[in-house]
Amino acid sequence: MQSKSPAVVEPVEPSPARRIGLFSLFSSPTVDAVALEERAANLAKRSLKKEAKVAGLKLAISMMDLTTLEGKDTVGKVEQLCRKARRPMEGDGTLPSCAAICVYPNFVTTAKKALEGSTVKVASVATAFPSGLSPLPIKLEDVRRAVEFGADEIDMVIDRGAMLSGDYAKVFDEIARTKEACGPAHLKVILETGELGTYDVVRRASDIAIAAGGDFIKTSTGKVQPAATLPVTLAMLEAIRDHWYATGVRIGMKPAGGVRTAKQSLQYLVMVKETLGDAWLTPDLFRFGASALLNDVLMQLEKERTGFYQASADFSKE
Amino acid sequence: MSDITRREQTNELALQFGNAWNYAPSREGTEQVSLKPRYELFIDGAWTAPKSNRYFATINPATEETLAEVAEANEEDVARAVTGARAAYDNVWRKLSGKERAKYIYRIARALQEKAREFAIVETLDGGKPIKESRDIDVPLAAAHFFYHAGWADKLHYAFQGREARPLGVAGQIIPWNFPLLMAAWKIAPALACGNTVVLKPAETTPLTALMLAQIFQEIELPPGVVNIVTGAGATGAALAAHPGIDKVAFTGSTAVGKRIQQALAGSKKRLTLELGGKAANVVFADAPIDQAVEGIVNGIFFNQGHVCCAGSRLLVEESVHDIVVRKLQDRMRTLRVGDPLDKNTDVGAINSKMQLGKIHEMVAAGEEEGATRWSATYDLPSKGFFFPPTIFTGAAQSCRIAREEIFGPVLTVLTFRTPDEAIEKANNTMYGLSAGVWTDKGSKSFYMAQRLEAGVVWANTFNKFDATSPFGGFKESGLGREGGRQGLAAYSEVVG
Repeated sequence: MQSKSPAVVEPVEPSPARRIGLFSLFSSPTVDAVALEERAANLAKRSLKKEAKVAGLKLAISMMDLTTLEGKDTVGKVEQLCRKARRPMEGDGTLPSCAAICVYPNFVTTAKKALEGSTVKVASVATAFPSGLSPLPIKLEDVRRAVEFGADEIDMVIDRGAMLSGDYAKVFDEIARTKEACGPAHLKVILETGELGTYDVVRRASDIAIAAGGDFIKTSTGKVQPAATLPVTLAMLEAIRDHWYATGVRIGMKPAGGVRTAKQSLQYLVMVKETLGDAWLTPDLFRFGASALLNDVLMQLEKERTGFYQASADFSKE
Repeated sequence: MSDITRREQTNELALQFGNAWNYAPSREGTEQVSLKPRYELFIDGAWTAPKSNRYFATINPATEETLAEVAEANEEDVARAVTGARAAYDNVWRKLSGKERAKYIYRIARALQEKAREFAIVETLDGGKPIKESRDIDVPLAAAHFFYHAGWADKLHYAFQGREARPLGVAGQIIPWNFPLLMAAWKIAPALACGNTVVLKPAETTPLTALMLAQIFQEIELPPGVVNIVTGAGATGAALAAHPGIDKVAFTGSTAVGKRIQQALAGSKKRLTLELGGKAANVVFADAPIDQAVEGIVNGIFFNQGHVCCAGSRLLVEESVHDIVVRKLQDRMRTLRVGDPLDKNTDVGAINSKMQLGKIHEMVAAGEEEGATRWSATYDLPSKGFFFPPTIFTGAAQSCRIAREEIFGPVLTVLTFRTPDEAIEKANNTMYGLSAGVWTDKGSKSFYMAQRLEAGVVWANTFNKFDATSPFGGFKESGLGREGGRQGLAAYSEVVG
């Protein structure tokens, strides 16, 4: 108890970036909450019928990160999920595969094997998901191991405590270090917007995550309520747009948690289409983090195909 | 995800809003709407053929097809309507308690809600506005005005702090074509609540929803003559304003016509309220939430095709953010869906009439002649009907016609300023004073501006927001009096004691 190993202790001195006050030099644009929510609500009113609906739902499937992040996950469960991600509905060859499956690091090897020969990527959460409250070296090791196991994508969490206490440099540095640790793997940065309190903080966290090297910014772990919402996604899409205006670099977006229905998924796609345009309507730049969403989308597609709603028991749960 | 797909030349001008995923047509069905081929005048609670023996067509501006024929009221018809309103005032309406008047007004509000879909469709057919606006704004707000004023009918005593509010008598009300049903509600609801009776003249291009409102009056058994509706053009309106049996004139429309009415009424006993034109400044500071401000600019000028007296038609943007605001505005304009007003995804519908379309073309030509830079996105406009692409002018001077005159169409003039005081000076440098907008993250700056802007309503970090509880009206040549809220009741009351 009395002797601490220096190797695993977090540095207590301010990081270099903090010492030079790097983030006091920049300020993120402010966000008006009322007007943001109004815009999001207006976009959600778009009416999507027939072929637009079918095309949108198929696009949504291709953008899904099919997710299981539970303590009770097993090899069997993950394998079944992988099969579902490859072929969302047996017997319907017109449906695309999902974009990825998203699991804990211990299941990356299983998933990688189960998905061999498919286009489905393996995403692993890391960095002491979901709280992120472990020492940085441990979080980085978490990332390196997941990449070693074969993860194509890493979903990290930011240190929300650092964010809320104003230690933006720490948030930045951790993301930058994580990006380094990712090597060839793509990095999604989870802001956990449900813990950030205001859209202004969400915007600032988005800007930091983008500046520090995130390939994607992602709303939530799925472990905190509220998770993804339309307005918070819009605030993040606006950060992505401003970055593109300034640099020409396209950052991806992933709302996660809380997107459960086909209708919701179309509302998100409308928002992407009308905020960032055609270039972002691809799984390379937009993902849904979801588990229950896929079956609702399949049910709606079956309804469009046959004219009737099928019972939910007709769709495999995983 | 190669670097090639993620990186590109930063000099690419705009986001691509193309066909990667298109919305299918989503047209509101019109099956449940049954318009009569011909509408008579609504006088004394009955449909009455006009003494003029004349009818005019009202058309759908999006297709140029005739929707119905409508009676044209001449002086004699107006006189009959005024006589009916006077009799209803003397014999029925003024004798009713406020509580009893309220019951009728509540019934109107509820009936309007029940028929909301039908009203929304007809408002869109007759006026050209997008169905999403008539469905989500015009009709619900009209019902809200009836509900709100029904609540006042038995509480007028409290509106004027212990003083007595007496009705004025017969109100002659002339309304415009941009919000046909909503303006009818703004006029009729406070008049009835305060104990007056009404002769209403809807605009000649958009008479149908007012006539449907007359059907509601019959259904809810509003006593005959309490509200009379006479359709016709300018001559009908002039006859109504000039009729000696009228105690009060309420007019919403152009400043030119408003001035003529005011001259005609000089020296008469008639009370007058006017809600006229505008050339509102929408002031965007560098510290504003820019993305939301861009939404506010779009809503300010393209809402209802810019046929809005309080439209934010002059954008005053702080010079340091001019370029980014214009860039974002242009990208946002590329996403506007212009076309069939009945499509639920249409953002900008048809221009209300051929005449108005001509005026917009004239003003835009003047803007180009004066050297301002005109910009529009590419829109696929329908081949039939009256349409105009959402347009902005940059590089305009404060002296340009497009910066001074009301265009009443989807055309925005962009000007710049450097300091708050310069913004105030420019914003107030107009004969109008109906509304203004201020976009800043700083509350103190909003108040500083609001105290100095000469405008009846100043919106802070929003635009074109209406509520029955909030008084609306103009400074300077934008009008006299207020409509809505407690203040609006004064326009229909003689306050004594």
